[in-house]
Parts: sequence; structure tokens; C-alpha cells
Amino acid sequence: MSDKPEQLPVVTAEAKLADAGTAPTPDEPKSTRILREITTGSAAISVLAVVLALVIGGILIAVTDARVQATAGYFFSRPTDLLQAIGDSVGGAYSALFQGAIYNFRRPGFADGIKPLTETLTFATPLIAAGLGVALAFRVGLFNIGGRGQMLVAAAASGWVAFSFDLPFFIHMIVALIAGLVAGAVWGGVVGLLKARTGAHEVIVTIMLNYVAFYLISFLLRTPGALQAPGSNNPKTPGMKDTAVFPDLLGSGYNLHAGFIFAIAATVFVWYLLNRSSLGFKFRAVGENPNAARVAGINVNRIWITAMAMSGALIGLAGVSQVLGTVTTGFSSGIDAGIGFDAITVALLGRSRPVGVFIAGVLFGAFKAGGFSMQAAQGVPVDIVLVVQSLIVLFIAAPPLVRAVFRLPTPGVRKAPRAKKAVA
Amino acid sequence: MKLELRGITKRFGTLTANDSISLTVQPGEIHALLGENGAGKSTLMNVLYGLYQADEGQILLDDVAQAFAGPGDAMKAGIGMVHQHFMLIPVFTVAENVSLGHEQTKAGGRLDLAAARAKVREISARFGFDVDPDALVEDLPVGVQQRVEIIKALSRDAKVLVFDEPTAVLTPQETDELIGIMRQLKAAGTSIVFISHKLREVREIADRVTVIRLGKVVGEADPSSTNAELASLMVGRSVELTVQKQPAKPGDAALVVQNVSVIDPRGQIMVKDVSFEVRRGEVLAIAGVQGNGQTELTEALIGLQNRVEGSITLDGKPLTGLGVRQVLDAGVGFVPEDRKEDGLVAEFSIAENLMLDRSDSGPFVKGGMLQLKDLAEFAAEKRVEFDIRAQSIETHVGRLSGGNQQKVVLARELSRDLRLFVAAQPTRGLDVGSIEFVHTRIVEARDAGTPVIVISTELDEVVALADRIAVMYRGSIVGIVPGDTPRDVLGLMMAGEPAPEVTAA
Amino acid sequence: MTSTDTRPVAPDSSPIVHETAVVRSWKTSVVLAVFTVLGAVLLIGFGREGTSGFRLASDGDFFALPDMAVSTMGAAVVIVLVLAALTGVSVMMTLRYTKTPLWLISLFAFLLLFGFLTWAAAGATIPVPGLLVGALGLSVPLIFGALGGVLSERVGVVNVAIEGQLLAGAFTSAVVASITQQPFLGLVAAMVAGVLVSFVLAAFAIKYLVDQVIVGVVLNVLVTGLTSFLFSQVLSANPGLLNSPPRFDRIDIPVLSQIPIIGPALFKQTIIVYFVYVAVFVVWYCLFRTKWGLRLRSVGEHPQAADTVGINVARTRFWNVSLAGAIAGFGGAYFTLGSVGAFNKEMTAGAGFIALAAVIFGRWDPIRATLAALLFGFASNLQNVLSIIGSPVPSEFMLMLPYVVTIFAVAGLVGQSRAPAASGKPYIKA
Repeated sequence: MSDKPEQLPVVTAEAKLADAGTAPTPDEPKSTRILREITTGSAAISVLAVVLALVIGGILIAVTDARVQATAGYFFSRPTDLLQAIGDSVGGAYSALFQGAIYNFRRPGFADGIKPLTETLTFATPLIAAGLGVALAFRVGLFNIGGRGQMLVAAAASGWVAFSFDLPFFIHMIVALIAGLVAGAVWGGVVGLLKARTGAHEVIVTIMLNYVAFYLISFLLRTPGALQAPGSNNPKTPGMKDTAVFPDLLGSGYNLHAGFIFAIAATVFVWYLLNRSSLGFKFRAVGENPNAARVAGINVNRIWITAMAMSGALIGLAGVSQVLGTVTTGFSSGIDAGIGFDAITVALLGRSRPVGVFIAGVLFGAFKAGGFSMQAAQGVPVDIVLVVQSLIVLFIAAPPLVRAVFRLPTPGVRKAPRAKKAVA
Repeated sequence: MKLELRGITKRFGTLTANDSISLTVQPGEIHALLGENGAGKSTLMNVLYGLYQADEGQILLDDVAQAFAGPGDAMKAGIGMVHQHFMLIPVFTVAENVSLGHEQTKAGGRLDLAAARAKVREISARFGFDVDPDALVEDLPVGVQQRVEIIKALSRDAKVLVFDEPTAVLTPQETDELIGIMRQLKAAGTSIVFISHKLREVREIADRVTVIRLGKVVGEADPSSTNAELASLMVGRSVELTVQKQPAKPGDAALVVQNVSVIDPRGQIMVKDVSFEVRRGEVLAIAGVQGNGQTELTEALIGLQNRVEGSITLDGKPLTGLGVRQVLDAGVGFVPEDRKEDGLVAEFSIAENLMLDRSDSGPFVKGGMLQLKDLAEFAAEKRVEFDIRAQSIETHVGRLSGGNQQKVVLARELSRDLRLFVAAQPTRGLDVGSIEFVHTRIVEARDAGTPVIVISTELDEVVALADRIAVMYRGSIVGIVPGDTPRDVLGLMMAGEPAPEVTAA
Repeated sequence: MTSTDTRPVAPDSSPIVHETAVVRSWKTSVVLAVFTVLGAVLLIGFGREGTSGFRLASDGDFFALPDMAVSTMGAAVVIVLVLAALTGVSVMMTLRYTKTPLWLISLFAFLLLFGFLTWAAAGATIPVPGLLVGALGLSVPLIFGALGGVLSERVGVVNVAIEGQLLAGAFTSAVVASITQQPFLGLVAAMVAGVLVSFVLAAFAIKYLVDQVIVGVVLNVLVTGLTSFLFSQVLSANPGLLNSPPRFDRIDIPVLSQIPIIGPALFKQTIIVYFVYVAVFVVWYCLFRTKWGLRLRSVGEHPQAADTVGINVARTRFWNVSLAGAIAGFGGAYFTLGSVGAFNKEMTAGAGFIALAAVIFGRWDPIRATLAALLFGFASNLQNVLSIIGSPVPSEFMLMLPYVVTIFAVAGLVGQSRAPAASGKPYIKA
């Protein structure tokens, strides 16, 4: 017997053809088509998903606010108190979020006021790089949850080169950068190799390698002569040498560093790779239908290994950016700062398209930057950002839900002239 | 039980799959539903079986209107179905499969498998089946799996039995057996709906024939109508039932397969010691019931199987041990049997699919970069040449009909310089127009001097295309016979009987 | 035979038995050989002097077993020799085309472990009963999580959200038990919390057809965010009222708990541990012996076939995923009510992912998954014990062990095993 299980058409041929009927017909007036695409298209869904998530976040903030709870007790005698308390808590939190992420009106002058935006971009840098890595793997049909491990080994390799070698300016930086990318690529490539050779599921292997990397780096960080700073008992590295540190982009007054340029370059690179190169074509073919790719002479195993290595390298860039750009005074085993997991949500939000990932990275960077100032200014725990982020991704993944909430029309179900059945 | 469908209409989005279909089946009658692939037969039966809900119309059993919310309701009302793709769970035993959905239990919710086994034995005895209730379904041959499906329906006391394309997986002899069983059921008063697009079978067994086309009933026919009459009713125009071709002018042997065995990852020998050769300018058809090693043999030719013993040479150069890439580069064109699964990337455009097997080098890749302009020109050209009906070359192939999808595959494979063309099940699931198109192209390739292998489970197709026929059974080639070998001989060979006196090898 | 012979040929109804090619897999033998060499290098090459002690007795045993003491080097040599012999047997069997039996592999693994313990305990004493007690404790949430995972995957929904279900269970049980001062209400609340997480998973996976792995991952983030937010914002404001749940007491089962070595581990535990025994058996029994289990598995293997016999696929999936959530949530309560006694941010620390690994390691079978969870729990606790007696192995490497073992297992053993066929695939009906 063929050892392929009988493949059942989950969607019958007829239903498939029915899909074809939803394609816009050319005779539809252009204006209606544009309007329909705006209200039902994915861009609108994305915006509405963000709005919906912020609203739910607001409700959480309000409900858990002590003053709101107090005023709710006497709602019927003075309802305005409650409303005002809600307004204060939610408004205060979100305005702090905005001022921490985009522009601070309380600071004098534009140069100071715009500083939060540069913070946002600084936070966005590793998110974009790692998000691209996860997205690239997604496009090849692989789920890389191993961002944490790949970032850690990349940070360790890059940091080790940066603090222990003496090399000229720039060259040192490049060598440290490459060391990090290679380490990330190896840590990711192993996953591809295991999948290709043994069929081990990449989700399990990446999760496990996260822990392996964490304990490995933890060990090296407390071992003198490895990563531990000399003369110290803390599990922490020495500071990076100046010759290896990413230069500041806007002068020393701002934290934004050259890593952001690398993130932009990586975005362009991934776009070009996926859309214009032969390798990218093979990546996408394997991602969409590995069986057809194999039959068409594409070496699926090799593509898996290559893709996981490239994914690991991109995520490695995030780790490098952390140690050479953001935290240059030495790092500990928490250097990944949860970015490896955030990257998954970034990639999902960006729908695994390079430009989408870039935008999603900036948005989540803004949440991070703003979240911290929100916690400082309003006492709202920064964890609310996690809630909002995950809600955004959930909503974006389920457009029908968002449409139902906002009572939008469903695309394709419209009064249209009955499409003729395609006859071959 | 009398079954009546009145004005059944079923729409999917903007497409009307069933347009006001009416049909009556009398008790003890075998009623054939004849129509092309995609005519809406299966949709209609899924409505009857409660899998889909009709948008308009009524189902009546013994003149009582029924409302089926799901298959459970339909079964309770006495409707049973033998599905084209068997609805059996491969890792369950026969008894478990038969009892699933109406299990008998003992105290504490415990399954009473003994009762299920007894039921299987009882029904098997009634119809002379030899089915072991404790065998795992995945280990059974397809013919037996079909009997399990029948037992499943009968164990629920079905009074109306629907057979959806039941002969597709059977040898001609097994088909005869099935027809016998259907007659037996009919004699017991069961109403039978027999769905098929095979004219011969319909004429042999049906009491009445309803023909549907493009979702509508186009007429009732008498089983005594000729093939040509039925075919033109089914297709809506007169149809050439045979492929126009000149006798082959075979040249030298191009592909030589010697003592090839294929061993699957579990260590089972799927193809055993197979030898044949294909000459330039001839079509060798490999016939056989699904699952007798044809798939594995094809995969071995193309480099998709890891453990292949023996030797395969094309124009004197060995193909064994090569990867798919090298095999394709050696000039082999390949149409896989499952085009959706193995032949196309549904989310890719027509243009992208046309370069799928030339993604490393060649006209569309230079210096590692895609040459999108060249590809667009090529795709536009092939779209016209192969009559691919689509809005543009950017249309995703997943949105095309089966026939157009297959044209994309053919366009891709036939536009390379081929030294061998292998087409597996090239017309599976296609409508008559597309079948004619595909057959014409295959004959053209042959006439251009390309050696061609056609792997098919459809005897009609084998007979129409083949210059020589190799029949496979349980991994071996039973014999290689001339293209004009009578069907009944081929049928016996498909059941494992050795070839009669002469071989054409 | 003539060409007009048309006698019917009945389909041969015997199950198809393919001839099998002779397969000689060296995998097992090679692995055993590698571990023998590694064992020799560690145990003898880096051999340690002195004696290794194993304390076998604990308070309240029927009779106190004496401590066991062996010469570290002597034991090492003997064990390495036996390992080499077992490897030799395996090679012999491979040469004769037979598979190395499981008992041999098990014996090998046990001896290797024993050798390692002897080596690590040179000059010290390992409290064996304590090692086992702690191991079972650490395994409890893993087992519940794994059972939830098995059920969910068997019905066709990949459950990556086990971590979220454990965390939600831990949080809710702490709060509810703390407010009511009723630990049993905490358990119920934990199950409800797990079910709620499952509802979201089920709704998105079944109704909106979102990729199940993605929903699972995002749900983990959501639950982490929610519980951390509420912990910082609400719980830490009033820990006395909201985050000081009563803990379950240990219950000694008379007689049984006095069995030497294993008695304390198995029968001197909290009620949650006793629930484990029940849960494992009930899940196994129901899955393979009842109508409910047959239907559940049919939906996970071939949903369309299940649909055609009148089983409502979406409903079956929805409720069984919910049930899986309840089980995993129950396990989460162990963190707060069984061991720590208060909720803390991200306190599950990846246990859900280990449980997921146990599901796959255990090949979607409740019993095997439980054994895998026990193995992970044992490895974690071994690290604790060794760090107390002063182990020569850096603790990080011991901590790494379960994860490395999982990678090897997934790559080597489980690679070919068969998951429920429809697991992870949404069922789309017209």
C-alpha cells in the first residue's frame, strides 16, 4: 500500500471553485471595490485589532485601578466620580504610554521631546531583526520558537569577541557582528539539520535548545576565564571595548545606535531574498508545499537547514544589537529580554512580510518604550503590554472575529452577479 | 424505501453546484447518477447524506419530508453511503470502524467490541465476504476496505444505499463482484443510488439513469442507450470516445529498467524485481489497481525513493542513485499523480508554478536572481499555447479548475527538452474536455519521438493511449502485453493472473 | 488460459503482508557503544576515589534498611564492564538481524544512571528516598500537563498552551484558595481557569481556523501577561487576602507509606499527588476502552470519517480540549497549593513546554507520557540533590540534561513515531 494516508479533500473541488467567485470581477465599479477593500482588507483588520486590544487593555487597567474600585462602590450616588476615575486611570496610562513612546510634551524643545521616539526605535531594533528571523522561517513553513537560545549564543559569541579581543575600530565591530551571526546561524541550523536528518519537530527542538543555551551561557557567565568579568563574582561579562561598540546614530544624547541601520538593511535583504532571488523562491515553494517542491527537484532538506541557519543569524543580529548597541556595559543571562518570544508576535503581526515585520517591530518597540514609562509614571505594570500585544496577534489571526465585533461586511459575500462556473 | 429529491439547490458562494435537482429512486431499484467530474454528483449526495444542507428543495423518504442536520440524522432515517474515499480510520480495526458512531457499550461506558465483531461476522456471512473483524483497516487491500464500508452501512440497517464512484479502486473482476453484491442488495429491497462517470458500468447495472451536467439534471436515459448517446448527454456535445493516434513508430530503447526493487522506510518491498524498457516514440502504459507499487515505481524513476535496488538507465546513463534535481536535469518530465499535493503550489501564481522545477538555473534564474520579465513572457506564451483559462498569469493556481491546473503542470513539463516523459494518473478527476486535451498532448509528445510512460488505474485510459501495457500486481509486473490486448485479459492480469501466451516485451 | 476466461476473482481479503527487506539498523548498537565509551571516560578516566553512599532508609519504614556503601572506583569498573558486555550483546544481535530488546536498553540506562550516581556521590551519601520524593513532586504538574496534552492532541488540536493552562491554574487556585481559605475550592478554580484558556484555544483553532501552534504560543504570552499584570497590580497590594492560600497537607497512607525506599515517595504525599494516580489510569482507560475514547481518537485521526458516522467533530474537539484544559489547570494548582504556597510571576518556568515534550516523547500515550514526565522530574530533582551533596558536575549541566535528553529522544527514537493523523489540522466543512 502507499504509505501516504488517503488524502481527503477537506474542501471539495466545488467549494474551491466557489472561492474563485470571490475574486473581484472587473466590471465592478472601481470606487465600490476600493471601499470594500478598505473596510474588509487586511490593513483595516490590523488597525481595528490594535484598537480592540487597546480597549481591552484599558478595561483591565480601569478595573484593577484602586480609585476606580473605590468610586464604583458609590456609583449610584455620584456616577461622575467613577467615570472620572476611569478616565484618569486609562487616559493617564495611555498618555504615559504615548509620551514614553513617541513624543514627550513635558520636555522643553523638540530635541528632548522627540527622545522617546528614538527610544522606540532602539527597542524596535532587535524586535525587527528577530521578527525577520521568525518570519523567514515561517515562510519556509518552519516555526522557530528558539529565538531566546539563538539570541543568547549570538550575544555570547559577539560579546566575547567584543570584550576580549583587541582589534582596530570598525574591524572589531564587524568581526564581533559576524561572530554573533555565525553563532546564531549554527544554533538555528542545528534545528534544521535535525529536522532534515531525523524528522525531529522543530518546535520541540527549538524549545529545548532555548534551555540548553540558557544553562550553557549561565555556566560560562560564572566561569572565570570564559565569559565572566575578571575579578568579579557576578555572573556578568565585562563591558564591551569601544572599538567594537555600535556607534550612536544621533550623538551621545540618544540611545539609538547603528543596530537600527542593520535592522533596516536586514529588512531590505530579506525582502530581496524572498521576492527576487532563486533561493527565496525555493524557500517559499517549500513553505507552501514541500511535497511539490521535492517533486520539482528542490532539495527540501537543504532548504530547511539553510532557512533555519538564516533565521538563526537574523535572530542572532538581535542578540548582537543588544550587546554591542543597547547594553554595552556587559551582560548577563537575561540579555535576551524576552525578545525571542516577542519576535514571534512581531512576525505574526507583520504577516511574515519583511515590511510588515518592520512596521510591527516599530509598533512593539513603541509599546516597550512606552510601557516602561507608563509603569514609572502611572504605576501600571509593564506586563499589560504583553496582554495588549498578544491580543493584537490573536485578533489579527481571526479576521472574522474582528469583523463581527465591528459589524463589518464579510468579503466575498456580497450581492454580485452569479459567477459562471469555470469550465476547463 | 422510496427516496425522492425535490428541487435540491446548493450554492457555494456565488457558484451553484446543484441547481434545482429532482430525482426519485423506487424501492429495490438501482438508479444511476451519471455525470462528469465536477458536475455536482458528489455535492448532491452530500446533501442527501446530511453533510451539506441544501439551500432549497426537499428530501423525502417514503413521501415523508426529512430534515437532516448531519449524517447522523440521515443514517437514522435509513440512508447509508459507501464513499469514494473510504471513510475508515486506518489505525482502527474493522470492528471498531463498523461500530464507530453507534457503539454498543457495557456497564461504565465500556465498549462492547464483542458485539461489533459478531455484527461484522453476521453481515459478512450474509454476503459471503471474508473479513476479519480484528484486522487493522490500514493493512487491508482496497477491495476489502470497500466491503468494510458496505458492512458499515448495512450494520446501520440502511434502506437506501449510495455508492459514490465505487469502482474507481477495483479491478474489473472486483467490479463484477461488486455489481453482484448490488444486485443481491436490490433483491433484498434496498434502494441503490449508483454514482459514476463510467458508461459501461452504468449501462450494465442501472434500472434507470439520471444524467446531470453543470449542476443540473439534463435528462433521464434508458440503460439500453449506447455509450455515445450517454456520453453526449453527459458532456453536452458529441464526444470522441477514442484518442486519435497513428500507430507508433518506436525507435531504440531509451529507458531501461532492470531488476528494480523499491524498499520503503519500514523495510517493506513495495516494488519487486521489475524489468522493462521504453523505446523512443512509444507509450508504455503501466496499468494496475491503485496501490500495487505503481506509485513507488514512479517515485523510484524520478529519484524520490531512497532505497532502490537494480538499475535504471536513460539513454545509457544511469538514473539510479541520482536526486530528483539530477533526474530532471537528465531530461525527465514528470506529471505526478496527485497534482495538488505534488505537482503545484496552490498559493503560487501560474507563472511561479511554471518555473517550479527550474528554480536553480535555466532561463528564469541568472546569478541566483529571478528573471521575472522573462518568466512573465514565457507564462503568457504558455497560457495561450496550453489554453489555460485564468484571469492572468498572476492568478493563484489554487483558484483554477482541475483541468486548468493539470494544463499548468503539462505546460511546465512539456516545455523542457525531454528525453523521457512520465505521466502518472494524468487525467484523474478531470472533465472530458480536459481529458481529451491531455491525451492529445501525450500522443503529440510520443509522436515527437519522446519515450512516454503513462501510469493509470483507468483501464479506458490505458487502452486509449498505450502502445504496450505493463500490468502491475502487488509490486511485480505480471506481464507486458500489446496495446490492443482485450480488457478482460487485462482485468485478470490486474488481479494477479499471469499474462497469456505471448508477451510484447 | 484463454483470453475469454472471465471467471470472477474475489479480492484476496487477507491483510497485505509485504515481504520485508532485511533491515539491519545499527542505530541502537552505535548509541550504546557511544554511551559505553562516554561512561568509561567519565567513570574511570575521570575516576574518583573513596566510597559512595546511598541512604535507603527513611523515618517510619517497617524496617530500616542499612545504608549502602560501595567503593567508587570498584563500582565504576564493574559497571563499565557490564555496559560493554551489554553493548556486545546488542552488536551480536544486530549482526543476526534482530532488534535489540527494550529490556536490554532499559538495563543499560539503569546501570549507566547508577554508575553516574556512584561517581557523583564519591565521598558523600545520596538520600535515595528523598531523591524520589522530590522527583515525584516535580513531576506532578508535568504529568497533569502531559495528560492534558495527550487528550488535546488525540482529538486533533495541538496544545502548545499547556504552559498557559498551568500558569492560569496556579494563579487562580492561589487567589480563590486564599480568599475562601478552602484549598479544594482552589483546585476547582484552577480547573475552571484551565478550561477558560482552552475555550480561547478551541474557539480560535476550531471556529476561526487559526494555526493551532500560533494560538498556543500567543495564549502563553497572554496568560503570562495577564497573571503578571494582576500579580503586580492587585495581588501584591494585598498579599494577605489574595495570595496566601492554605497548602494541602501530606497524607500518609497507612502501611503503604512505610514501605522502604518507595513508600514515602508514593504514599506520603499531598492529595494532588494521589489525584495523579487516578487521573493517569482514568485517562488511559477512557481513551482506549470506552465509547468516548473511540470517538475522541476517531476525530483526531480522521475527522471526516467521524463526521460521516454522525459524530460532531467541532463539538467533540471543543469539549475535549476544554477537558484537557481542566486537567492541565488542575496540575497548575500544584505549584501554589502543593508546593510553594503562594503565586509568583511566571512561576511555572517552562513546565508546560516540558510537559509538551513528554507528550511527544511518550508518543501520545498517557502511560508513556507519564513515564516521560517522571523522567524529567527525576532529572530535575537529581540536580537539586547533587548540588546539596556537592556534585562535581556544574549544576547547569545537570539542569540542561532533561532538555538534551528530549532532543536526543525526539531526534533518535520518536522521529518516526506516528502522531494522531489529523492533529493540528483544522476540519473545514463546506
